Amino acid sequence: MHSESGKHHRPQAKSLSRFAGVLVLLAGILLAAGLCVASPHDNPVPNIFKPESTPADWVFHLSAFVLAITGVIFVIVFSLLVYVVTKFRRRSGDDGREPPQVYGSNQIELSWTVIPILIVLVLFLATARVLHQVQDAPKPPTAVEVTAIGHQFWWEYRYPALGVVTANELHVPVSDPAHPTPTFFKLLSADTDHSFWVPQLAGKTDLIPNRVNEMWIDPHHEGIYVGQCAQYCGTQHAKMLLWVSVDSPEDFDAWIRAQKQPAKHDEKELVGKRVFETTACMNCHAIAGTVATGRFGPDLTHLMSRRTIAAGAAQNTPEKLRLWIQNPEAIKPGSLMPAMQLNDADLDALVRYLETLR
Amino acid sequence: MSSDVMAIQSAEATGRPWVEVLHEWVTTVDHKRLGIMYILYALIFLVIGGVEAAIIRIQLMRPNNDFVSPQVFNRMFTMHGTTMIFFVAIPVLFGFANYLIPLMIGARDMAFPRLNAFSFWLTALGGFVLYFSFLGGSGLYGAGNAPDIGWWAYAPLTAKAFSPGHSSDYWTIAVLVAGFGSIGTAINLISTILCMRCPGMSLGRMPLLAWLNFVMSGMILIAITPLSAAQIMLLVDRYLGSHFFDTQAGGSAALWMHFFWIFGHPEVYILILPCFAFMSEIIPVFSRKPIFGYPVMVAASVCIGFVSMSVWAHHLFTIGMSAYANSFFTITTLAVGVPTGIKIFNWLGTLWGGKIQFKVAMLFCIGFLFQFLIAGLTGIMLGSAAFASQLSLSYFVVAHFHYVIVGGILFALFAAFYYWYPKITGRMLNETLGKLHFWLFVLGFHMTFDLMHVPGLLGMPRRIYTYEPRPGWGIMNFLITIGAFIQGIAVLIFVWNLIISYFKGAKAGNDPWDAWTLEWSVSSPPPAYNFATIPTVASRRPLWDRKHPEDPDSRYE
Amino acid sequence: MSAVTTPLSATSSDWTLPYRGKVAMTCLIVAEASIFAIFVVAYLYYTGKSLSGPTPREVLETPIFYTICLLSSSLTIHFAGKLLERGKQGAFLSLWLLTIVLGGLFMYGTAQEWHRLIYEHGLTISTNLFGTTYYSLVGLHGFHVTAGLVMLSIVLLFGLAGRVGPEQSARVEVLSLYWHFVDAVWVVVFTVVYIVGR
Repeated sequence: MHSESGKHHRPQAKSLSRFAGVLVLLAGILLAAGLCVASPHDNPVPNIFKPESTPADWVFHLSAFVLAITGVIFVIVFSLLVYVVTKFRRRSGDDGREPPQVYGSNQIELSWTVIPILIVLVLFLATARVLHQVQDAPKPPTAVEVTAIGHQFWWEYRYPALGVVTANELHVPVSDPAHPTPTFFKLLSADTDHSFWVPQLAGKTDLIPNRVNEMWIDPHHEGIYVGQCAQYCGTQHAKMLLWVSVDSPEDFDAWIRAQKQPAKHDEKELVGKRVFETTACMNCHAIAGTVATGRFGPDLTHLMSRRTIAAGAAQNTPEKLRLWIQNPEAIKPGSLMPAMQLNDADLDALVRYLETLR
Repeated sequence: MSSDVMAIQSAEATGRPWVEVLHEWVTTVDHKRLGIMYILYALIFLVIGGVEAAIIRIQLMRPNNDFVSPQVFNRMFTMHGTTMIFFVAIPVLFGFANYLIPLMIGARDMAFPRLNAFSFWLTALGGFVLYFSFLGGSGLYGAGNAPDIGWWAYAPLTAKAFSPGHSSDYWTIAVLVAGFGSIGTAINLISTILCMRCPGMSLGRMPLLAWLNFVMSGMILIAITPLSAAQIMLLVDRYLGSHFFDTQAGGSAALWMHFFWIFGHPEVYILILPCFAFMSEIIPVFSRKPIFGYPVMVAASVCIGFVSMSVWAHHLFTIGMSAYANSFFTITTLAVGVPTGIKIFNWLGTLWGGKIQFKVAMLFCIGFLFQFLIAGLTGIMLGSAAFASQLSLSYFVVAHFHYVIVGGILFALFAAFYYWYPKITGRMLNETLGKLHFWLFVLGFHMTFDLMHVPGLLGMPRRIYTYEPRPGWGIMNFLITIGAFIQGIAVLIFVWNLIISYFKGAKAGNDPWDAWTLEWSVSSPPPAYNFATIPTVASRRPLWDRKHPEDPDSRYE
Repeated sequence: MSAVTTPLSATSSDWTLPYRGKVAMTCLIVAEASIFAIFVVAYLYYTGKSLSGPTPREVLETPIFYTICLLSSSLTIHFAGKLLERGKQGAFLSLWLLTIVLGGLFMYGTAQEWHRLIYEHGLTISTNLFGTTYYSLVGLHGFHVTAGLVMLSIVLLFGLAGRVGPEQSARVEVLSLYWHFVDAVWVVVFTVVYIVGR
């Protein structure tokens, strides 16, 4: 049984390939446009094609190479497909005979086996080189060491050599290529799996409990770089934001000095301090220089030095801080901060006290 | 002959109580009926999984949206992934394999018809258990919690400490049970293909669909079982206090990841191989030429089966393996692209020099070739471990695998539907509706999944219920959602076509496509016994030999 | 429509394909081997990594006698099969019974060992990583032995009722294939647990 005549088939193939071509063009335009988005200073875009640090740079150059090769493969095979689909369509007025029945060709098979194998080898070698460069980079003595500990749903940062413990907002010094001061991380987790991803500074590395991972960054320019947790860690995985401030050496030293200070003892806010120490706050939070030494939640010694609270879920304003303590579900539903059930007077005093923790 | 059979069947159908008909279907061991049940089951879950996707996309349409809570969102992506892989893709592919393979190899049924039925009902039970979680997740008196651990259920998030209640257990048990069903079907398929071929049909003469399902079944035996093993370990951890994945006791979270992906990566090759089979059956018929390079296609398929077992840790490029391990998995991942690429070239070689007919089934094949090419290339990018350190765990990966699963697997399935629906039901699907389905789906697919690569490149990670208003994220996500709805409409048109054509479609006859494999030699639908006499074959295209006795294939093979 | 097509010389009698029971059992064995492999990998990976509790060296006693029982049951089942093929149903039943007894002895040995480990050494599945991996690996194997014993017993009952003759040899051979697999797995488990893992 033969199918009906081919009268309707010519427009089909041409319109098919035309449509496909238009689609590809549109996709390409949108893609390019999407990647060129302007990035205002206060809302940076974590664009992997805008590296600002040595490991991200190396990966970027490799990715350009891979994209070039895959782009060429795409153009070749796509053109073949379009050609085949247009040239060999059944025409109207076809005599109904079957075309020559070709079963195969060993030479052709060989050619399109050998060439892909060579491409695979080239890509493998290029990749292996970058992998070793990044993963086996030696740690210079001038490196800053940071231990990052992932929690549900916040980031703990410790600078063991400098004696600093903080949370959620990371400061690192800018690195001058002539005298590099990279930052080397140890990545740990207190509970489930997390992933540290600030695209402009480096590829991501996971934080896995009972395992120590390592990564490093070598930022070239001062500025703010953002990212967020990339490994699903539970309900509030989405709001475990990363905020990295790359500071000049002087600013970095100033920040470290400030962070090393214990909390200032402000006589005016003793009521709030008492609330903090007698309700459950100190079970989870630490404030250096007081009796509060809890480690389950973020260190609050210099809470006011941070722009956001709850790992970026809200701005660090008195109103939001008050709301966070009273009803965390309103800001970050499913986070492990409990609603503290304080009366208004206690809550206000507590917030005023926290506001003194600069 | 065919009209006699249909007359007998319709005479039987009228005047019988519906309970009797239902009982017959529920207790059937006939491979054709089980095949249809698998396919219908998968279609129902396709719609349900699509609703879950719609909820996800509405929530992600704009930054800081509050369409659903994070808890509900996390359940949605868990259920969407689990449903689509285990209760849509696997069943529908088993359905086609069940229906077609005995017919294509000249057999009357599968090797073990009762095992066939048992495997189907195990899979069906798995789906039921998974969805019962909405009602009974925390015990019957709870509000009900579907699992929210992701379809990959990483430890230690699945430990009792982090996932109290029973939601994780619904995931574990449902998938475990369905896994056993899959193993049963795989055993059945291998036994059928090795032991039930008609005289003359050596392994070198059987249709590529049989070959690819044979390789797929072999892979199922050694790929699904690691997941079953890991799930048993998880259950023992949660209920007997063992420490397989208990990091507090020295256990390893990475061990679960390795076990899961030793299953998970071959799994996606398990899904794609039958789709390669569809391409290898349909493209030749609508090009009017035999498949180019049959022996090479067989070798490439077997090669893919083996090599794909060695690539799994490319899902683990970010967990901190050594540079040597990352390099190893880079080269194996890139290497599996070689036999896959060979297949694409062979399909192009089949089209070359042919007389291509653009039936709807062929349109979907061409869509598959275009999209699978792109998916393969983004796969190459992800296979390079250093590049993957930026791309993985982001929307780039989501775009890549949906490109394979929707742009590849689903397109191939649509082609298979349009091609074999006439054989299964005796009616042709409506070509106009089919073309509308195709073009609308292509538009929606590309709008969603081309654009989805962009947020990934701009730093948007996966599995997040909402996101900051970063430049580029909002507009892309909005357009992606629009595309999703366009695809939904296209699928509804397809479902409508399936229904309306059953009643009003043109009668198909035995062989509406002028094809060459044995299933087209019997009536549409085939009689219960498939073949009145078991055929004998002398080449790979027995019906070509019959239609062209002056120039049979047997002369050239 | 379905008439035979070409070569008139094609004879169905030349066309022999493998026995599907054997193919299916081989597939099942491959799948089961894969499950065991994962448990073996977990066992080996966690060797020496327990944070506390009894170590293998402290508590394990090599079950030589019961291993001999199990491995000899492979011999007895093999010969039972051969006897059945030759129509010697009585001898078949005796050797079949002996197989079951040997397998039962092995299970008894496992039970005894577990009793000792739990009550004398306090080692359970939740004690430490060693307990976890030991009980699950040996337990998984023991589960498969038990399932095998059940099937062997069913055949024994059929045999005692006079229903198992040479015509059933192929099916009986399929079951022995399973039993040989169970024994082979024990060789691996034994090596991993009592030799390598100590």
